[in-house]
Amino acid sequence: MIYLQLIWSYLKIGLFGFGGGYAMLSLIEKEIVGPGWISEQMFTDIVAISQMTPGPIGINSATYIGYVAPGETDPAFAGPVWGILGSLLCTLVVILPSFLLVAKLSRFITRHHESDVIKGIFAGLRPVVVGLIASAALLLMNGDNFGTQSPDIIKSVIICAAAFCAVMFTKIHPILVIILAGVAGWILY
Amino acid sequence: MNLLTQLFTTFFKIGAFTFGGGWAMISIIEKEIVDKHRWIAKEDFLDLLAVAQSLPGILAVNISVAVGDKLRGTRGSIAAAAGTILPSVLIILAIAIFLTPDLIKNNDTLSAIFKGIRPAVVALIIAPVITSAKSARIGWKTVAIPVVTALLIWSKWPVISNPILFIVLGGVGGYLWHRRQLKRLRAADGNAGKGGEA
Repeated sequence: MIYLQLIWSYLKIGLFGFGGGYAMLSLIEKEIVGPGWISEQMFTDIVAISQMTPGPIGINSATYIGYVAPGETDPAFAGPVWGILGSLLCTLVVILPSFLLVAKLSRFITRHHESDVIKGIFAGLRPVVVGLIASAALLLMNGDNFGTQSPDIIKSVIICAAAFCAVMFTKIHPILVIILAGVAGWILY
Repeated sequence: MNLLTQLFTTFFKIGAFTFGGGWAMISIIEKEIVDKHRWIAKEDFLDLLAVAQSLPGILAVNISVAVGDKLRGTRGSIAAAAGTILPSVLIILAIAIFLTPDLIKNNDTLSAIFKGIRPAVVALIIAPVITSAKSARIGWKTVAIPVVTALLIWSKWPVISNPILFIVLGGVGGYLWHRRQLKRLRAADGNAGKGGEA
């Protein structure tokens, strides 16, 4: 049953989502795209839309994936009612650990966040988070997103390189970068 | 207006108008909660931020829950978190209902636009790899950790490509390494102390 599977996956995503939205993407990719509930392309599109709309990427993508995944896996669950049910479930489940952990552990962490145990754990997590973000980028560099024929691949690589330079070396807002890339796609294809 | 309603509307506004989540949201939450409404003192807010950062989950939700919990317990945390996520949920639902996967696939204009957007999204994920590597002070000694993590997850091999494995290994490994360093330091201190006495 897709809804139970989504709940289980989003529980894991919420519980192990360290290091912010981009680091979470590799978990989402593993849990949601891995079993084939949504395609690589759809996942990338959802990430794009999540970045262009207000709010955290983790919430935006959970709502979107929860809407799309049931209908994509089973035509019986297509349509807005099943979609909204999936959205609400994924979004609520991904924030559930926050409620349980923040309420239970906030005093403990306030007292000990300078402690060696917590410092040590985060010293170890930091380089892993870099790897998680890198893995998300690697996983998305595929034929679904860059095309399979050389003219498409060349266009995609140029757009990717230009977008990378824009966000790294200029102060152009990421949302504007996505819009410009969309315009480039509209002209080039 | 009672505090619960105010909490909800304040966080709703933040959720509705902040693009980018995470740190973009933190600075605005701080402005609203600490400077404008004076609900929480700056030092207390920084403590809550430390909590929100130390725990897994979505940072903006964690800080909303922590602020709400401090002000009004469980009901406060629900009001604040609901305010933060509701704008996202409503906006995304409105988009998802119309922008279905089939529409993107079958509409020539939309599919051309998304063909251009997809490689740019990848670029937007490569950029934080570099900025987070800098802030984590990745050097020649530690560069193997992110490289091996990224390649193994990318490999999609069973079990060892699971991101959760690396998160657990990172946390446990960091703890053990830190403890060893401390023991060494203490041992060195101990020897130095004895030397002094002698």
